[in-house]
Amino acid sequence: MYAAPFSYHRAASLAEAVKLLQELGEDARLIAGGQSLIPLMKMRMTRPTALIDINFIPGLNEIQSPKGELRFGALSRHSDIENSTVAAEIPLIHDCAAGIADVQVRNQGTIGGSLAEADPSGDWVTALLALETTVDCFGPAGQRTVTLESFIKDAFTTDLAHDEVVTGVHVKKPPKSSGGAHVAFKRSAPVYPTVSAAVQLTLEGKELCKEARIVLGCVGLTAIRAKEAEGELRGKPLNEKNVQAAAEAARAAADPQSDMRGSAEYKRLMIATMVKRAIRIAARRATGEHVEAGHEYAGR
Amino acid sequence: MPDVKKVLVRVRVNGEAREAEVEPRTLLVDFLREQLNLTGTHIGCDTSYCGACTVILNGRTVKSCTIFAPMADGGEITTVEGLSQDGELHPIQEAFAECHGLQCGYCTPGLLLSTLQLLKKYPKPSEEQIRKGIAGNTCRCTGYQNIFKSIRTAASAMEKG
Repeated sequence: MYAAPFSYHRAASLAEAVKLLQELGEDARLIAGGQSLIPLMKMRMTRPTALIDINFIPGLNEIQSPKGELRFGALSRHSDIENSTVAAEIPLIHDCAAGIADVQVRNQGTIGGSLAEADPSGDWVTALLALETTVDCFGPAGQRTVTLESFIKDAFTTDLAHDEVVTGVHVKKPPKSSGGAHVAFKRSAPVYPTVSAAVQLTLEGKELCKEARIVLGCVGLTAIRAKEAEGELRGKPLNEKNVQAAAEAARAAADPQSDMRGSAEYKRLMIATMVKRAIRIAARRATGEHVEAGHEYAGR
Repeated sequence: MPDVKKVLVRVRVNGEAREAEVEPRTLLVDFLREQLNLTGTHIGCDTSYCGACTVILNGRTVKSCTIFAPMADGGEITTVEGLSQDGELHPIQEAFAECHGLQCGYCTPGLLLSTLQLLKKYPKPSEEQIRKGIAGNTCRCTGYQNIFKSIRTAASAMEKG
C-alpha cells in the first residue's frame, strides 16, 4: 500500500523544522518514528502533502536524570526507554515502555511522537499522567513548557501549535515510599490495549496511602484521571475494602465505547480489574519489593 | 499535487553500499525488493502487524513496511540475504531447518531476524523472553512450538560457537 504522494524535507535542526512547518503550511506534518502516522497515511486516512523528517536532528534522543527528574528527548525510542537503567528508576515508566506493541515497533516509535499523536489508546499519556510530567515545545517564539494535563486537549488533539515541535518530556521523580504500575490488557502484542491503567502511590508505613494517582486508558476520548477513585485511597489504609471502592469509582469514571476490542460493559469491568491489579503492584513496589508488571496478552 | 521530487537514498545493505532515487512515499520494504532486488524480505499484512517485513536497521529490528525509505538514508541494513556467510547457513537458519521452524516459509525471513535480535540481547533466553521477543512476528502454519524449539536450539548452537 502506498501513501498519497508527498514531498519530503529533512530538518537538520529544530529551527529548520519550525521554518519548514511555517513555509509548507497546514498540510505539512512532522514525522518521527512514524509508527502511527505511516499506517494512517497508507490507509489514506490522512494525506499530508509534505513530511518534515526530524529523525536526523542531533541531540533529541537523550535520556537523562538531572536533579529530581527524568528527562527524555522527544526522539527517545520506546526500546531506548525500555532498556535504560536511568528510566528504570521509575518502574511505571519501564512497564509502559516495555509493553508498547512489539519489539520492532518499540525500536522505531518515539515518546515525543506518541504524546503529540494523543491517541486515546496510546500508552504514554496514560502512564505519564500518573506522574508529574511536563512537555517541552519549541516554536517560533522559542521554548515553552506545558504540563501534560494541559498539553492533551482531546482525542488526537494537543496544545501544540502547527509550527511547534515536541522536544522533550520531563518527569518528576516520586518521593520516597512511592511505587507505581502501568498495566494493560491487549488481544495480541502489536495492537493497542483494550484497557490500561496507571497507578502511582505514596505510602506512610506499610499500609497507609498518603498520595494516589489513578489514570485510565482506552476508556474515553483522552486518558482519564480518576480523581474519585484516588479519593477512596488517599489518607486511608490500603485494605481490601478501600481498594475495591477505588476500583468501583474507576469503573464509574470510565466512559468507554463498544468497538472491535470489546463492548463498553466489558471494558468497564476490565478497567476495575486492571485498576485493582495496578494498585496492588504499586503498593508492593512502594515497600521496595521488585514486582514484574506490564502488558498482558494472549500467548505471552 | 505536491512536488514529489525524488529523493536519493544511500544505505549499506548486508555490508554493500547501495543507492537509488525514489519517490518519498516508497516504503523501505519496496525499496529493498523493487530497487535493490532483495526479495527475501516479504510483505505480509502491510499494516505493521505481522512482521514478515522485519529487517535490521542500524542494529535494531524494524518493520520495513512502516518506514519510508528516505528515513533510512545513511543506515546500515541487514536483510535475510545477509545471514548466511560464504555459502554457510547461519546457525539460526540451521536451527529453523532442523527443528521444522517453518512450513510455508513466508514469515521466516522476519522471524530469523527477530531471533538474531533476541539472541543478541539474551544469549540464553527464557521462555518468556522468547515469546516476548517474537511477539511482533505472526506465523500462520506452525503454531509456534517448533519456532520456540528452533530459537532454543539456535541459542545453544551459538553459545557453543
